[in-house]
This record gives sequence, structure tokens and C-alpha cells, in this order.
Amino acid sequence: MSAVGTLKSWEAMMLALLVAIIAFNSVGSPYFLSVGNFVNLFQLSIEKSIVALTMALVIIGGEIDLSVASVMGLAACVMAWTFHAGVPMPAAILAALGAGILAGLNNAFWIARVGLPSLAVTLAGLIGYRGVARILLEDRAIGGFPDWFNTIGQQALIGPLTAAIAIFFVLFIFFAIVLHGSAFGRLVYVVGSNAQAARYSGVRVGLVKAALFVGSAFVAALAGILYAARLGSVRGDMAEGFELDVITAVLLGGVSIFGGKGNLVGVGLALLVILNLRNGMGLADITGNTQNYVIGGLLILSVLIPNMWQELTNKWRGRET
Amino acid sequence: MNWLKRRVRPEQIRELSLLVLILAAIVFFGSFIDNYYSFRTFNRIASSVAIITVVAVGQTLVVLTRNIDLSVGSIVGFTAYFVGTLIASHNGINPILAVAIAIALGAALGVVNGVIVAWGKVPAVVVTLGTLAIYRGVLVDLSGAKTVTTDSLPQWLIDLPLVNVAPIGSLDIRALFMLALVIVVVFQIGTTYLSFARRFYAIGSNPEAAQLIGLPIKSVVFLAFVICGALSGLAGFMLLARFGNITVEAGRGLELSVVAAVVVGGVNVFGGSGTVTGAMLGAVMIGTLEQSLFRLGISEFWLDAVLGLLILLAVASDAVILQRLRQLWGGAELKLMAKETDSVSSEQSASPP
Repeated sequence: MSAVGTLKSWEAMMLALLVAIIAFNSVGSPYFLSVGNFVNLFQLSIEKSIVALTMALVIIGGEIDLSVASVMGLAACVMAWTFHAGVPMPAAILAALGAGILAGLNNAFWIARVGLPSLAVTLAGLIGYRGVARILLEDRAIGGFPDWFNTIGQQALIGPLTAAIAIFFVLFIFFAIVLHGSAFGRLVYVVGSNAQAARYSGVRVGLVKAALFVGSAFVAALAGILYAARLGSVRGDMAEGFELDVITAVLLGGVSIFGGKGNLVGVGLALLVILNLRNGMGLADITGNTQNYVIGGLLILSVLIPNMWQELTNKWRGRET
Repeated sequence: MNWLKRRVRPEQIRELSLLVLILAAIVFFGSFIDNYYSFRTFNRIASSVAIITVVAVGQTLVVLTRNIDLSVGSIVGFTAYFVGTLIASHNGINPILAVAIAIALGAALGVVNGVIVAWGKVPAVVVTLGTLAIYRGVLVDLSGAKTVTTDSLPQWLIDLPLVNVAPIGSLDIRALFMLALVIVVVFQIGTTYLSFARRFYAIGSNPEAAQLIGLPIKSVVFLAFVICGALSGLAGFMLLARFGNITVEAGRGLELSVVAAVVVGGVNVFGGSGTVTGAMLGAVMIGTLEQSLFRLGISEFWLDAVLGLLILLAVASDAVILQRLRQLWGGAELKLMAKETDSVSSEQSASPP
């Protein structure tokens, strides 16, 4: 089976799964197909969905960013801290985005310039950025943001959509164009499938990787701010552990952990599968804990079953010839 | 110098430099903290490091084969909880049997990881990210949110962490730390001298070559996951002994501390190089910093930030220093090889064809 064939079949598999889940859910609960439920379902983990977009690019580029959840927490804490210190809210938001970019530049420096493994650097970032967030807020919770800020997070802005959902769709289209329709996107695939070959053919690998990590941290900071707007208050441990859910969604979307393979359509479908599955299980009174391991199992099976299928068809073909 | 270069590999100097770094940290903190050079400090660091070390040894074997096991925290929690429940309801259970059950339970969870990675050909990150959620989820569901409490455990288990197995002067070597030391020594000797255990390195440093010379890659990767699971199970038992109170949250997030210890200890995340001694030193370095910053009266909120910085510096300095050393060593090796080929060719020319 060609690479294109496997990719196509992956999305077909996700789509079939999605249709099955939606059909099952809408039979099970009359409320499932309402617009309200659909917006709700999106809204409940919209920040993770946003971060999953850039995580997909990073993983396709052959790297990994474990620090995203800590950058979310860091950005929210920087915003809350500067706001609490008397700075006007728009400036506080800019400071938070700036903190995100700084974190991204730090990751990029060690990975792209010094050449350290991203797993180690972003693991240090995961611990370190969370540490800075804790230094800023200690064990306080800071809230009392201006009304307009909370409205952005909680109220519908465009039709039934909240700002975060609208931003997600805009970013989805933007990154789909970047990844699948721009020269930079091709470079991401090239670097992800063989960084050494890319370097020998004159691609500035360091620059591509740096762009990926700065972009990833910037979007994570944005997601952290949106999360703060939705919750209405900020704590040092905000978004802790989100990185695993984000990576799970990306891998379920058919992106190869070894880089160079995958696309945003698959990731989008995987996000929908996870959201609908959680929502359906929630409506059927299945606890969040059970939902977690159903999705864990789905993650493993989504790679295991195609592998075994391929093995079987290979054996079958071997017998024929 | 050449003599030295032939005896010692750059990777061994790496561990030595980490040891020097730990000693430097101790001297540094000792000059700020009163009564720092005491056995209490040692005991505190030792007991906080013991559990991480045992898991880090298993993780090292997995990382050597170019894989990673993110499910260790869940395995530790799983075994701590279930062995704890078992001991709480059967107080008369033989201690050795209890430890064996913990190891077997951990190994069984490792078998699941290993089978799916080795024979299912699913990347280790995907598998263990999944089982991280699954093992924890099954634990939460089966437990019904009950907890294991210290007063339901037999006295020998409560006393175990305080047992002093090797009093050196007034320095205590406590049971759990001793256990961790024994495991490190056994695995260090094993991975250095057993040709069988060198396969972990062979597969990690060059999978294609390992395949070509006929190494059973799948079985070796499988074995790495099983050993990692078994050691995590043992660590679960140690956690139970140390804390007594075990909730379903026990060991959550432990995988990050373990990976941090392994990385600081100089084990290459791309496989093929690093030692279990290094992993232990990594754990000791992190444990020393944690305890010392705490004693220094620095707010606990600063701990993570410093720790993150330290991991980064450890990895960076390691990469730079190792590269320099390899260049230095590489030069020596080339000269040596040239000499050998010279002597071989002169022998050949001397003897008639």
C-alpha cells in the first residue's frame, strides 16, 4: 500500500468511526444533535483542540513539544500577575503572548541552534515554565478580570460560536494552508521525514524547527489566555497535564510520532472523534475516568489494527505469489 | 594520556563529571545551610531518591532500545494500591510473597506494553501514552475511590523504611535505599558484562545493523518493557512501604521525574548510550537539589523553575562536553587503528602468500 493509500484509509477509518459515534449518540440521546450541545461539546476542551493544531505541525516536523501545557499556564499567570499589578488588561494580554514567544524562543534556541533532543529540552520546559508560573502566583488564585474579557471566554460571539471556537476554525484553516499549501509546509514534511537529507540539500533545518517551536509556544500562550477567559480566574497549576491529551489527539489523527507523515484533516477528524466520544459517554452517564481509558485504548488500537491488517494482507499476498 | 584513552571511554567520564557536579552542589549548599553535613540530610535525600532510582533503572533499559515507557507512574500506582489492599486484608501474608506479587503485577503490565510495541509495531510513545491512561483508569474504576491506610497495614511493612541494614559508623543505610543500590549494582554489572544484556545497546545504537547480524530485536525490546514493568512494580511496593497511605492518585506524574532522572543521568533519548549508574546519579542530583533547596528555605514555588533550568543545563553541558571528548578520543583511536593496520600489513608482507 502506498503512503498516500495508507493516509487516505486512515482518514476514512476516522470518518467511519466518527459517523458511527454520532449515529450511536443521536439514537441514544435526543439532545445530542442540537446546536447547543455541539457548541458545548466543542467549548469544553477548545483550548486543547487549538494547541493540537500546532502540536501536529511540530510532530510532523519530527520533533515533540512537551512544554505546551506549561506555556499555557505560564501565559495565563503572566497575564493575571501583570493585571493584578495594575497594568491594563490589553497590555497584560500582550505581556502573556510575549512570555509565550520567549518560552518558544528558549525551546528553539536549545533544539535548533545547540542541537539538543526536543524531548529533553521541552521536558525541562514542562517543569521550568510551570515553575515560573508558580513563582508568579504561588498558591493564589487571581480573578476579577474586566467583564469584556470574561465575555470573550464565556459568551457566544459570532452566531452561536464563542471567540475561542471561532479562533480555532480560523487557525485550523490558517495552519491547513501553511502545512498543505505553502513552501514552508513542504519543508516541515521534508525536515520531519529526513532532517539530514534536508540539511544536505540546502534546507535551513534549524530555521524551520525554530519557527515550529516559536509558533507552538505562541499558540499555546493564546490558548492559555482563552482558557483563563473561560474559567474567569487563574491558578498556578492551570492546564497541568494537558500535553498528554493534546499529543493523544494528534497521534490519533494519524500523525506519525517519527515525523514526516500526517495531515491536519486527520487531526481535525480525531478531535471530533474524541469530543463526540466523550460527549456521548457523558450523556450516557459514563464517568470522565472511564472516558480517559476508552480514549487511551482507542489510541493504541488505531495504530495496532491497521498494522495487523497490513501484516495479514502481506501474508495473504505472499501466499498468492 | 593514550593509556588513559584506551582504558576509559568518554561515556564513563560523563558519569564522573555528574558525580563531581553533585559533590559541587553539596559543597555549595553546605556553605549556606547550617548542619547540612549530617546524616539526616543523607537519609532524607536517600529515601526520596530510592523509589525514583528503581524505576529509572528500568526506564534506562527501555530508552537504550530507542523506546520510552510513559506508563511507569500508572504501574507504580497500580501495584502500590492493589498490593496495599491485598496486605491490608491479609495481614499475615509472607513479606517475600507480597514483594513477589508486586513485581509480578508490574511485570504483567509491562508485558502488555512490550507485546504491543514489539509485535504490534506500534510506537512506544503511542502505546505507553495509552496505557498510562488505561492502567490509571482501571485502577480508579476498580478501587471505588477507597484508600489504603497506614493503620490497616502490618507492623513489619510500616517499619520497613526505617530498618537500618548497614550501619556505617553513625551513617544509616536504610532498607529501601539499600534495595535501590543493589538493583543499580546488579543491573550495572549485568549490562556491562553479559553479552546478552549488551543487546539493549546494540539495538538502540543501530537497529539495522542489529537486524542484519540476527539479533532478536523484538524479544529484546519486549524484555526491556517487562523488566521496566517489574521494577516499577517493585517501586510500587516501596511506595506503599514508605507512605502507607495510598490513594488512587499514587505515583501520578512519576513518569516525568523518572524521565528527567534518566535524561540528567546522560542516557541518550535516541538510544544506544548511557548507563543505569548514570540514571541513578541523575536521580541523586535531582533529589539533592530538591531537598537542599527545601532546606535552604527557598520557597517551594521556586523548586520547579530551578529544576527545569538544571535539566536543561545538564543535557546541554553533557552534549557539548561529550562531543569534545569524543573528538579527543576519536583522534587517539584513529592513531591506534593505523598502528594496528601497519603491523598487520607488515606481517602479511613478511609471510609468503
